[in-house]
Amino acid sequence: MVEFRIDRRSGVATYLQIVQQTRQALRLGLLEPGDKLPTAREVVEATAINPNTVLKAYRELEREGLVEARRGLGTFVRKSLGSAPADSPLRGELVEWAARARAAGLEKDDVAALFSAVLEEQFAPSAATEGDPA
Amino acid sequence: MTGTAIEAHALSKQYGRHRHALRDCTFRLPEGRVCAVVGPNGAGKSTLLALAAGLGRPSAGTLTVLGAGPAEARARVAYVAQDKPLHPRLSVADTLRLGAELNVGRWDMAAAERVVAGAGLDMAARVRTLSGGQRTRVALALALGKRAELLLLDEPMADLDPLARHQLMGTLMAEAAEHGTTVVMSSHIVGELAEACDHLLLVSDGRVRLGGGIDDLLTAHALVTGAHPVAGLAPHTVVESRATGRGVTALIRPEGPLGDGWDVEEPSLEELLLAHLRSPDAPVLLTPGTTARPAQGVTA
Repeated sequence: MVEFRIDRRSGVATYLQIVQQTRQALRLGLLEPGDKLPTAREVVEATAINPNTVLKAYRELEREGLVEARRGLGTFVRKSLGSAPADSPLRGELVEWAARARAAGLEKDDVAALFSAVLEEQFAPSAATEGDPA
Repeated sequence: MTGTAIEAHALSKQYGRHRHALRDCTFRLPEGRVCAVVGPNGAGKSTLLALAAGLGRPSAGTLTVLGAGPAEARARVAYVAQDKPLHPRLSVADTLRLGAELNVGRWDMAAAERVVAGAGLDMAARVRTLSGGQRTRVALALALGKRAELLLLDEPMADLDPLARHQLMGTLMAEAAEHGTTVVMSSHIVGELAEACDHLLLVSDGRVRLGGGIDDLLTAHALVTGAHPVAGLAPHTVVESRATGRGVTALIRPEGPLGDGWDVEEPSLEELLLAHLRSPDAPVLLTPGTTARPAQGVTA
């Protein structure tokens, strides 16, 4: 069962935090197709947020085709999100690229800024980066 | 349109000849909402909740609760007053048994006991030996055990520590999620209610200033900044404006598209409320579906 963490000071709308954390759980393989999301009651009891906020997040995830609501049963994961496993060639290339950037004298923040700029360009208009490229 | 939990039309309450606790309040609260009643101390929040609970009669205007007069609706409403009145000499267990006796046919002992159990309260302890926060828990247990359709809670979280506050707010939200209970909570602290509530009534100086869904209220306003004189905002309703360098920053209700050269943002809930409290002359705004009509056959 995933648990959502709500950060009241993040400036990100609460329903969006639930959407992003679900996507992240799918990417990391914490949730797989067929898994059940917590019910609205369970989420609000743990987080003290409004039930409609949870329903709004689940509707958004449903619109994206990631989950489906089954009447009377709950909300279930429909598909996983294409993740880059730890040993994928893409990750290897990124590691090499980061090493070259560092060798060229770039600071961590410069690299992060460059990376997000390219992400923005390639994935417009989707959301910006999440977390460090560790 | 969904059912109506509370509908007030031109509602006024006067104490003595000169003290107006509420003046000419008109609003409608649909069923199933979690509503924050916010406003400064002495704004009339407690009076509004007490009238809805059927304690006291309006001086003028009409008030209906769950489609009936407040007194008739009392069996379906739970009200927790600000001072959490309980019998000091009863034990916690006896207090809950009293709840059961007074609410035959509705009482849910398991729900009441869950609220009390959350704090590891001794069921045999007398109410007068409890701390303020523990008493609040017992009062909320009575309210939740009643399985009411409408919960009226006056400053419910005021004397709770942050953990208990989070826990009890979670319990209230679970109640709303599972049973569609309408919850009305008053507070003068906005932050504590912002995540839990989806509906708002702003009360100040005895008047309802803003009413409606929180999202609807926020999208009805814009925070604009531009290097223009304030007159440039003429067609829009300006709630509050301030000089910013050579230009102006204003909270407005846009009445159509804004001209070029304005930087437009959606205000936060706190910005919206503070701007209205600083500008007592800003016109009242009730979002669609939250205006009220005079009640039929139920008058003061």
